[in-house]
Amino acid sequence: MHKLWASTYKEFLLLVRDFGGLAILFLMPLLLVITITLVQNDTFKTLRETKITILLVDNDHGKVSKNIQENLKNSPLFEVQMQASEASVKELVQTGTYQLGIVIPENLSKDLNLKVAENVEGILEKFGAEEERIPLVKSKLEPKEIKLYFDPATQFAFRNSIKSGIDQMVSKIETQTIYKAFQEELTDNPSEDIFDTEPFLLFKEIVPSDGEKAIIPNSTQHNIPAWTLFAIFFIILPLSINMVKEKNQGTFVRLRTHPVSYATFLGGKTLVFLAVALVQFALMLLVGIYLFPLIGLPKLDVSGKLHLLFFVAFFVGLAAVGLGLLLGTIAKTQEQSAPFGATFVVILAALGGVWVPVFAMPKFMQVLSKISPMNWGLNAFYDVFLRNVGITELLPEIALLFLFFVVTVVLSVIYNERKNAV
Amino acid sequence: MESPFLNEIRQLPSPNSSFASSYAFMIQINKLAKKYKYAEGYSVNPLDLTIEEGAVFGLLGPNGAGKTTLISMLSSLLKPTSGSFTIDGLNYREHKNELKQLIGIVPQEYALYPSLTAYENLSYFGSMYGLQGNSLKNKILDHIEILGLSKFAHTKIVNFSGGMKRRINLIASILHRPKVLFLDEPTVGVDVQSKNVIMEYLRQLNAEGTTILYTSHHLNEAEQFCTRVAIIDQGSIVCKGTPKTLIAQQEGTKNLEDVFLAHTGKALRDHA
Repeated sequence: MHKLWASTYKEFLLLVRDFGGLAILFLMPLLLVITITLVQNDTFKTLRETKITILLVDNDHGKVSKNIQENLKNSPLFEVQMQASEASVKELVQTGTYQLGIVIPENLSKDLNLKVAENVEGILEKFGAEEERIPLVKSKLEPKEIKLYFDPATQFAFRNSIKSGIDQMVSKIETQTIYKAFQEELTDNPSEDIFDTEPFLLFKEIVPSDGEKAIIPNSTQHNIPAWTLFAIFFIILPLSINMVKEKNQGTFVRLRTHPVSYATFLGGKTLVFLAVALVQFALMLLVGIYLFPLIGLPKLDVSGKLHLLFFVAFFVGLAAVGLGLLLGTIAKTQEQSAPFGATFVVILAALGGVWVPVFAMPKFMQVLSKISPMNWGLNAFYDVFLRNVGITELLPEIALLFLFFVVTVVLSVIYNERKNAV
Repeated sequence: MESPFLNEIRQLPSPNSSFASSYAFMIQINKLAKKYKYAEGYSVNPLDLTIEEGAVFGLLGPNGAGKTTLISMLSSLLKPTSGSFTIDGLNYREHKNELKQLIGIVPQEYALYPSLTAYENLSYFGSMYGLQGNSLKNKILDHIEILGLSKFAHTKIVNFSGGMKRRINLIASILHRPKVLFLDEPTVGVDVQSKNVIMEYLRQLNAEGTTILYTSHHLNEAEQFCTRVAIIDQGSIVCKGTPKTLIAQQEGTKNLEDVFLAHTGKALRDHA
C-alpha cells in the first residue's frame, strides 16, 4: 500500500510540475466543448434566426411565383435575392458565393391553374353530370420543374432539409390553388369561405419523462456529455506519453530492478489520471452551468443527478485510463503513442456516436459501435442527462466500462511480463 | 547532531567478520548465456563465474563485449537464454523479489525524474524498496550529506550538473543497503571532484560489506578499485584474477590497460 501511495504521489508531482501540460489537460477540453457548443448552437441559430440568402429567378411572373416569393420572404429561414437569369444563379452557387438558388419555370402559374381547373372540372362533371357523361380529356400539360441549385460544399443533411422545406411550401401552394379552383366553381361569392384551408394534421413533440420532470434537449444537454466524453478519453495521450517518457529517461528500467509490481506502477498512474478525468468533468459541468448562460448558450441542467453523473464519469475515466495504460505499455516512442492515441480516440468517438448518432450509421458500423467504450459512456451520460434514469438502468453500461478497464490493465500487465520479465 | 544512520554504518561488521553469510560466494553464475532474438550469435556465451562476498569485481571489456548484457541478466532486466545464477544463495527464478531487495543497480544513464527534486527522486525510489517514514527521510538526508549535496536536496534534477546527477543516481541505488551493488560505468562523464567523491564512497560501502560488480572503460580506475577483474570479449571471459596477477601473468605488460589490449587487441570495436 505504501508503494502505491508513493507511486501516486510521484505521479501527482510529475503532473503538477508540468504547468504547460496541466493547462492543456484542463483548458483544451473546456475550449473544445465551448467551441463545439457555440458552433452547433449557432448552426441552429443560423437556421432559426440568421437567414440564408436564396437567389431566385422568376421566369413565371404569375400568381404562383409571387406566392412562392411571398412565402420565402415570410419564412424565418430565407432571404430572397432576385436574379435575372438561370446562368448567373448557376455560376454564383457553383462557386460557393451563395448556397442556394431557385429557378421558377415559365408559365408555372398559368399551367398550374390550367391543370387544377381541368382536374376540378373533371371531378365536378363526374359528380354533376352522371347521365350525360363526358369522357375526361387527359391533360397534355407536362409537369413543371422548379430547379434547385445547391453549393456542392453544402452538406447532405442541409440540402435535404431545404428540399423538404421548399417541397412543403410548393405543396401548400398547389393545395390552396386546388381549393381556390373548387371555390370558384362552386360559388359566385369569392369572399365566402367554403373550405378551411388550415392544416388539420399537426405534430406535437412529446419528451419522454418519468412523470416528474421533462427535460427539453438542447445543444448543451447534447454537447456536454458527448464532448466531455471525448475530452476524457483524450487523457490517453498525456498518460501514454508519460509512460513512454519514463521508458526513455531510464526511470522505468530502474524501477524494474526494484521489488515492485507493474500493477503498483500502473496503480499510481490510474489514481492520478482518474482524478484528472474527474476534475476535467467537474470543470465541464461548471462551464455548462455557469459560463454557457453568460455567452448566450443554453444552461446545463444537472439538478438532482449530480451523483449519477459523477458515478458515470468515474467509470468513463477508468475506461479511458485503462486504454492509456495499455497504449503506454505497448508504445516505445512518443511518435508511436501520440498520433496513434489521437487517431484512435477520434475513431472511438466516431464509432461511439459522438458525431453521427449510432442509429444513423450503416448496420455494420452499428455493430462495431457496440464495442466502443465511448458508446457505452455516451449512452450512460444520455441516460442520466436526457432520459432521467436511475442507477439500476445504468449498471449494464457501467459494467462494460469497468470490464474494459480490467481487460486493458490485465493486457498491459501480461504484455509487460512477456516483454520484460525474467 | 549526528544522524543515527551514520552510527548504523559504523556498527556494520567488516566483510571479513561474521557478516559473511553461509554462502562462500555472493554471486554464482552457472553456464549463463544470452542470445537476443534475431541476433546471429550469442551476446554472452555460456559462462561460469563466482564472485566472493565483499569483493569489488571489475567486469572489463570493449564496447559490445557483453558486460551490460551480463549485468542486466543479474539484475533481473534481461531474461537469460540458458543457464542460471544465484545471489546470496537465492536462485533468480524462485526468489525474484527477494533477490531484487538484495541488489542495487547504478545504471550508466541518469535514471532520474528531471522535474522532481533530488529528495523527491530518492524518496520515491527508496519507497519502492519498502522504506518509509523517518527511516527513509534520515537515510536520504545522510547520504545526500555524505556525497556533498545537502544544499541541493530540494533542487530539481534538471538543474543538476552531470557529476551531481551521478551522485544522486548512486544514492538512489543504495538507500536500502543492498548486499550487492552493480555499477555500470558509475563515473562516466563526471568531473574529477565528483569522481573522487563517488569512488571514496564506493570504497566505504565495500568496507562496510557491500559486494560490488563494476564495469568501466577507465582501466586505471579499475586497477585501483577492484580486488578482482575479468576481461570479457565477444561474450566470453578471456581472463580473470587480481589486477596484479593478470599484469604479472601477461608478458610485457605494466598495467591493466596493457593486459586489456593484449587480450582484446587494438582493432576498433564500433558496432550499431
